Amino acid sequence: MAHAAALDHEDVMQPPPGCEPGAGVYNEKLGMWVFLGSEIMFFTALIGAYIILRVAHPSSFKEPGEVLAVSITAVNTFLLICSSVTMVKAFASVQDGNLAGLRKWLVATVVIGASFVGVQIYEYQHLIAKGFVPSEGLYGSTFYTMTGFHGFHVTIGVICLIFVTIKAFQGKYTASDHRGVEVVGLYWHFVDLVWIILFTIVYLI
Amino acid sequence: MGQILWCVSLIVLGLSSILGSFNYITTIVNMRAKGMHWMRLPLSIWCLFVTAILVLLAMPILSGAIIMLLFDQTLGTHFFGPAQGGQPLLWQHLFWFFGHPEVYILILPGMGFASDIIANASRKPIFGYTSMVIAILGIGVLGWIVWGHHMFMSGMNPTLGTTFMISTMLIAVPSAIKVFNWLGTMWMGNIRFHVPMLHSIAFVSMFVIGGLSGVFMASTPVDIYIHDTYFIVAHLHYVLFGGSLFAIFAAITFWYPKMFGRMMNPTLGKVHFWLTLIFYNCVFFPMHNLGLKGHMRRLYDPNQYEFLKGLQGLNTFISISAFLLFTVQLIFAVNFIMSWFNGKKASENPWEDNGLEWTVPSPPPHGNFASPPQVYRGPYEYSSPLVSEDFLPQDRQLPGDASPAAHHT
Repeated sequence: MAHAAALDHEDVMQPPPGCEPGAGVYNEKLGMWVFLGSEIMFFTALIGAYIILRVAHPSSFKEPGEVLAVSITAVNTFLLICSSVTMVKAFASVQDGNLAGLRKWLVATVVIGASFVGVQIYEYQHLIAKGFVPSEGLYGSTFYTMTGFHGFHVTIGVICLIFVTIKAFQGKYTASDHRGVEVVGLYWHFVDLVWIILFTIVYLI
Repeated sequence: MGQILWCVSLIVLGLSSILGSFNYITTIVNMRAKGMHWMRLPLSIWCLFVTAILVLLAMPILSGAIIMLLFDQTLGTHFFGPAQGGQPLLWQHLFWFFGHPEVYILILPGMGFASDIIANASRKPIFGYTSMVIAILGIGVLGWIVWGHHMFMSGMNPTLGTTFMISTMLIAVPSAIKVFNWLGTMWMGNIRFHVPMLHSIAFVSMFVIGGLSGVFMASTPVDIYIHDTYFIVAHLHYVLFGGSLFAIFAAITFWYPKMFGRMMNPTLGKVHFWLTLIFYNCVFFPMHNLGLKGHMRRLYDPNQYEFLKGLQGLNTFISISAFLLFTVQLIFAVNFIMSWFNGKKASENPWEDNGLEWTVPSPPPHGNFASPPQVYRGPYEYSSPLVSEDFLPQDRQLPGDASPAAHHT
């Protein structure tokens, strides 16, 4: 109990007090880094399978632009990169104690993130209408599995961001405690990074 | 439908294991008590830490592979079906890339429990603490580059096969370091042969047999002959039943008083231990012979093969022993449940151990520690000349010990 009481008075954005020096970050942030480690392995399995199947059967895969619309996805990629920028802005605002800025940039991130998901759903509908479905050979299998799981991650990210935004409007974040913003931000940047890799290897190469 | 349910349940199970690993890793890295340096951690904690890292990085690979399998079943994708260019071998690679770290996920915690219990029961500091830690880390790293040894018969470039053979044999080095350290710990100790110690000694002995048969199979020319025979069934059970399970029995008996506040019955414990050890060897040791005679595993009826008919007697012996082995496990179950109600009340520290968990009441109250403990030394200070007792708890401050709080200013 004394331990918990000590925690209340310490800087929550620092490692837990009364402990041996560890990773040098607070627990939630360390937990998110650890989680992202497992996420890297998950996407490695999906992307690795894609690379192996594509190298083994190049003829099963179409040239860029033949089936997939590169231009609309390039715009979507630009959107997602913008959402990382707005996330950075939100984090910088709360660090400076600028709560109005935090709310503004969080709303922008949620809107852009949701737009990305919307464009991806539109793309899927379009592709399925053209007859390009998940059972369409190795190309359809790998395309829908990889981009689908990425889209799922973005959706989860948007839901988390909505929660963070609600808490921001309730005034729960301050310059001295904004763990939720930072931790969800880390996840959001990771999802963005994965998309840049996917866009490159699925749409461009 | 059955396969779909298997896939979904494994995804859920994998997710829960991954979530658990966050907890272990974050707690061990960030929330060690003052004075609990990395090199003062009990070896069981070191093993759980490396295990958690392996879970964290290996489970997502299995999840990814199973999701692809699930999509093959439900959405009609073609990852693993060869008809449209999918690759069954891709499944094998993904599965074993997870599967081999998983082997160490199963054995490493057992190694940690055995280390703690053997030092405690020998009343001596663990032999070679630093080399133990390096061996644990070495197993954790090498475990990632040996998965191909499960696939020697799947069709593999011989050069690649040799690479996997060498990396697999390398992993015998840290394993052997640990075995020699356990023997060195017991050497000349005043050994207390209580039930956890008996199981720990069995763990080490059975692990040696399983480890040695593992070296047979790591060698590609030998593996081509004994692949998918009863030899591998024997090996698997010597490391996972003989290894892990004996360590689990040891750990349950050892920490039972801390969990439930009562001791398990030692007489029933010893009966269970000896019968298990005997029947276990009756079941699995003859399988080496079956395997060397070419007996394939997973046969519905071996009598269909002329050359296996002569082995029927041994097969029958194994079957009878297996049923007896299962039956004697009921002794353990009965002991576990009965001791919950009737066991002797346990003191705070019934095994006279040094670990922090033995400084709190049995069972521990909410929040475990009344105040954050301070650690002054490693967990294996048995028979220290500094104190009159033959154990020296990690949190006992001796006159010469600097306060850890002062140490870090």
